[in-house]
Amino acid sequence: MSLVELHAIHKSFGELEVLKGIDLKIEEGQVIALIGKSGSGKSTLLRTINGLETINDGTIMVAGKKVGDRDTDVLTLRLNVGMVFQQFNLFPHYTALENVMLSPQVVKKQSKAEAKEVAEEMLAKVGLADKMMHYPDQLSGGQQQRVAIARALAMKPRVLLCDEVTSALDPELVNEVLAVVRQLAEEGMTLVMVTHEMRFAREVCDKLVFMDQGRIHESGAPEEVFANPKTSELASFVGGLA
Amino acid sequence: MAYKFDFGAIVPHWELLLDGVVLTTELTVIGAVVGVSLGTLGAWARASRAPVISQIVGIYVELIRNTPFLVQLFFIFFGLPALGVKLSEFQAAVLAMIVNLGAYSTEIIRAGILAIPKGQIEAAQSLAMNRVQIFRYVIIRPALKKIWPALSSQIVIVMLGSSVCSQIAAEELTFAANYIQAVNFRAFEVYFVATALYLAMSVLLRWVLKIFGNFLFERRSHV
Repeated sequence: MSLVELHAIHKSFGELEVLKGIDLKIEEGQVIALIGKSGSGKSTLLRTINGLETINDGTIMVAGKKVGDRDTDVLTLRLNVGMVFQQFNLFPHYTALENVMLSPQVVKKQSKAEAKEVAEEMLAKVGLADKMMHYPDQLSGGQQQRVAIARALAMKPRVLLCDEVTSALDPELVNEVLAVVRQLAEEGMTLVMVTHEMRFAREVCDKLVFMDQGRIHESGAPEEVFANPKTSELASFVGGLA
Repeated sequence: MAYKFDFGAIVPHWELLLDGVVLTTELTVIGAVVGVSLGTLGAWARASRAPVISQIVGIYVELIRNTPFLVQLFFIFFGLPALGVKLSEFQAAVLAMIVNLGAYSTEIIRAGILAIPKGQIEAAQSLAMNRVQIFRYVIIRPALKKIWPALSSQIVIVMLGSSVCSQIAAEELTFAANYIQAVNFRAFEVYFVATALYLAMSVLLRWVLKIFGNFLFERRSHV
């Protein structure tokens, strides 16, 4: 069984149908990029996986549990699914260390010492061992995003969702965040990312999924997808990048 | 001018004034602590958009904000006994202040909650926190920080509004002043002193709230 299985997902915001029947399987250890134009439904799709968006129809299974099912506690589901956002969304009244420690302490009931040890390890992993006592507004965008990644990792999720994690960053700060994501991919973390960094996606991902107008048009190995676009939508998307 | 000022005429009554100041302070402290707690719960209910609770709180807020404090006080003190709820002057006064501040602070704190970026709440959700945990650890402190000056002003307004409680013979500062001037007919001197005492208490209260706010929102590591 796949780690994440999406089947026939439909999602509408009022009259507007943004997901029109999505099928997708994500295997353990796989690194997947969702690509496509703005408004194609990539972020919405990502957000359905941890229940931030409810779906109108279809089924989502994560680690064998059905999302949105009455019997599946959404909080239990989210223990398996971490997420990093475009706007970092760090808690401004906590230091970097406290941001990372908070959820393990209050959700997983870890002791302070235990949570601190994990948090320090995660912050060191993203290269911020020397910034632990800084507050979010004392950090650059790239540093904030790396804290956000450490915060998600401290919960030991089985899959990490990355929603345009470099889109809000100044160009010179993009690489430090991508380096962390690349390291996670190399360590075997299951990653699903919405990204506009095509070169990065090409280098790091096992699979590209191209979305257009709420549908998956093509998916496959990056080289294959970029070299031989089968649909005109992807051809024009790839052409637009060149 | 024929009138001769005689502030000395108040001196024999200083204990009464002091008692008034103490009672006003007690009303304010209890009213503020319980009222703001009530307002915090009310704001949570309003912001959570749980349909029934939110509407009930909404009715409460509108009812209190659109009626005079004096009438609320009279209703509690003179009206409720008809339903078998008989309260002492102090109890009625403190309840009226709690109910009044609860309604105003509900709206003030709600504004603070609504100003928290949605993304922070989503981040907390994605970290598997439940609603209570999100409110307690992610929302309430930054929300209170944003509205602390407005909330402080409202608490001072309620403190000054406690003077109305003299109307049900709660023996606070205004009641004491009324009593003294009825005895010695030194209205100017008595109300001059009462005014000065209210002013001093307001300034002091603002200062205390500012210090408390600084303490509450100060950046200090909890690790």
